[in-house]
Amino acid sequence: MTAFLLKRSTQSLLVLFIMSLLVFSGVNLVGDPVEMLINPEADQEDVERVIRELGLDRPITEQYWFFLVNAFKGDLGTSFVFGEPALKLIIQRMPATLELAFFSLFISIIFALPLGIYAGLKPESKISKLIMAGSILGFSMPTFWVGIIFIMIFAVHLGWLPSTGRGEIGTFMGIHSSLFTLDGLSHIFLPALNLALFKLSSIVRLTRAGTREIIHQDYIKFARAKGLSENRVINTHLLKNILIPIVTVVGLEFGSLIAFSTVTETIFAWPGMGKLIIDSIYNLDRPVIVAYLMIIVFFFVFLNLIVDILYTILDPRVRIQGSK
Amino acid sequence: MDNILKIENLKTHFFTKNGILKAVDDISFNIKRGEIVGLVGESGSGKSITGFSIMGLIDAPGKIVSGNILFNNHPLLNYTPDQMRNLRGNKLAMIFQDPMMTLNPVLRIDTQMIETIKAHDKTISVRNAFEIARDTLGLVGISSPEERMKAYPHQFSGGMRQRVSIAIAMLNKPDLIIADEPTTALDVTIQGQVIYEMQELCKKTGTALLWITHDLAVVAGIASRICVMYAGRIVEQGSVKEIINNPMHPYTIGLIKSVPSQNKRGEPLHQIEGMVPSMLNLPDGCAFHDRCNQATNNCKNSKPLETNFSKTRVIRCFNFER
Ligand SMILES: Nc1ncnc2c1ncn2[C@@H]1O[C@H](COP(=O)(O)OP(=O)(O)O)[C@@H](O)[C@H]1O
Ligand SMILES: [Mg+2]
Repeated sequence: MTAFLLKRSTQSLLVLFIMSLLVFSGVNLVGDPVEMLINPEADQEDVERVIRELGLDRPITEQYWFFLVNAFKGDLGTSFVFGEPALKLIIQRMPATLELAFFSLFISIIFALPLGIYAGLKPESKISKLIMAGSILGFSMPTFWVGIIFIMIFAVHLGWLPSTGRGEIGTFMGIHSSLFTLDGLSHIFLPALNLALFKLSSIVRLTRAGTREIIHQDYIKFARAKGLSENRVINTHLLKNILIPIVTVVGLEFGSLIAFSTVTETIFAWPGMGKLIIDSIYNLDRPVIVAYLMIIVFFFVFLNLIVDILYTILDPRVRIQGSK
Repeated sequence: MDNILKIENLKTHFFTKNGILKAVDDISFNIKRGEIVGLVGESGSGKSITGFSIMGLIDAPGKIVSGNILFNNHPLLNYTPDQMRNLRGNKLAMIFQDPMMTLNPVLRIDTQMIETIKAHDKTISVRNAFEIARDTLGLVGISSPEERMKAYPHQFSGGMRQRVSIAIAMLNKPDLIIADEPTTALDVTIQGQVIYEMQELCKKTGTALLWITHDLAVVAGIASRICVMYAGRIVEQGSVKEIINNPMHPYTIGLIKSVPSQNKRGEPLHQIEGMVPSMLNLPDGCAFHDRCNQATNNCKNSKPLETNFSKTRVIRCFNFER
């Protein structure tokens, strides 16, 4: 296990390094941040002072080297706009985004597993066909459009739920989250549902496909031949087997849930990282953009590792290489 | 008559898009308490479907269309689904062909055994169930069963896995085990061991056995009676001696001729002419007529009925006396 972790960590560092190279050069190719930051009436001297202060007069290779050295010290640069460390800005907004992502994931799984299993067990029934049609809709409707429709129906028309912002924050076992207050839950519900829709659809389809395959396996028939109740057959023998592919996909896509929360956060004015990155792109706040992208990459790499470890727990046939 | 199982005119048909497939078509046979009966036939002749029909495990598009299954004199076709569930794995158990596929790959052996006990005895403690399971595992020849209980199926060889399946079938001391080609997927040496062990176990516990196989030689060694199945029907049944020494149905005669044996060494193996017919469009009349060298016009046009030749012997053929 240690050998496996060591190997994977090295690989992860390599991926992070390559990504930093791509991200850094990519971001430095577009636009001129100085133009955005400086008062149009400022004179040449002021402009040059700002350029020097931001380090933008140095060659790009040197800038990158500085970035890399500082990154190792945990400093991903200072925001041009806020004048604060980029990492700090992002981490401040991370809980809001993580809570949104977790809650949507929770919603997707809670609804998708039963729906998918039902559709897999009774593929010919009308309800199953409805579920599958719904999942195609969930796939193909653009997130921003659905978000706006949600706001129009539930916030404006019916007035049931608030449409913008994060609610009151509560504390439970030392964790601060808006999930712990009623006001917070009412605020998170619409954006979470909006963000969940795509994931929900894909997990429904995945669960259905898994169910259809596993249900015809001999070990399911044998489980029935042992006289187990149908509940036990489905909830243990079937579910444990379909969870293997689902955990992989859900785990790997959790990163994309965070990445794609930008759209939802913008529509619902959710004060998370996603909204920060959009604002930063408008302002060409390079350090924040780079730091954000690096953190997203880090999430993906980290989640990959978690999924691999979960895999070995769920599927005893998979032995971690190097652990023998 | 002390029959543990009595099957009368059982028909199990599959209503497929391409027509009605008569997988089991009017079969009747009995198994006495503690008796071992062999059900022999080529692949696709309806042996497994016979087993699943008894177990009440026929799924759509399949359906038992008529007949009777009496288990311990109780008509199983009148049982509610829950009564059937309670019988399965309890007094009536089944073992499948491929030991690599019958155990759930993600559940430990102890889980898969204990759940089988608890499904039929809600009040038993996990500790007690564990002990019963462990002892049964020892009974089927698995060494250090206490430790092996913690293992996953992939940590066992094929032969060992089949022993685990046998142990699971034996857990609740069944009156009848349906063994569906339990040794077909195993190496020949292991095959012999498993057959011997099962025979001994059943003798010891008084469990009756329906041994399904395509291998006449295997079943001749352990069964007391044999049913020969062809295209969904039992064409001939009788004691092992009757069937092996004096086969009467042309299909059985062909089957026995095609078994390799000591005193025919060097001679080319016999082969039954023609092909197994497609179950979806069986010929009119006797399903075997176009492969039979004694077939007459009668065989082509009308289905032979079952004839009781002796007390133990039943044949479905017009021409067997010749
Ligand atoms: N689920 C099913 N749907 C349609 N036909 C089936 C199904 N299961 C089995 N059959 C058909 O029933 C016949 C008997 O099958 P089976 O009892 O499995 O044969 P075997 O003697 O090899 O065990 C075969 O022709 C098979 O194609
Ligand atoms: Mg079969």
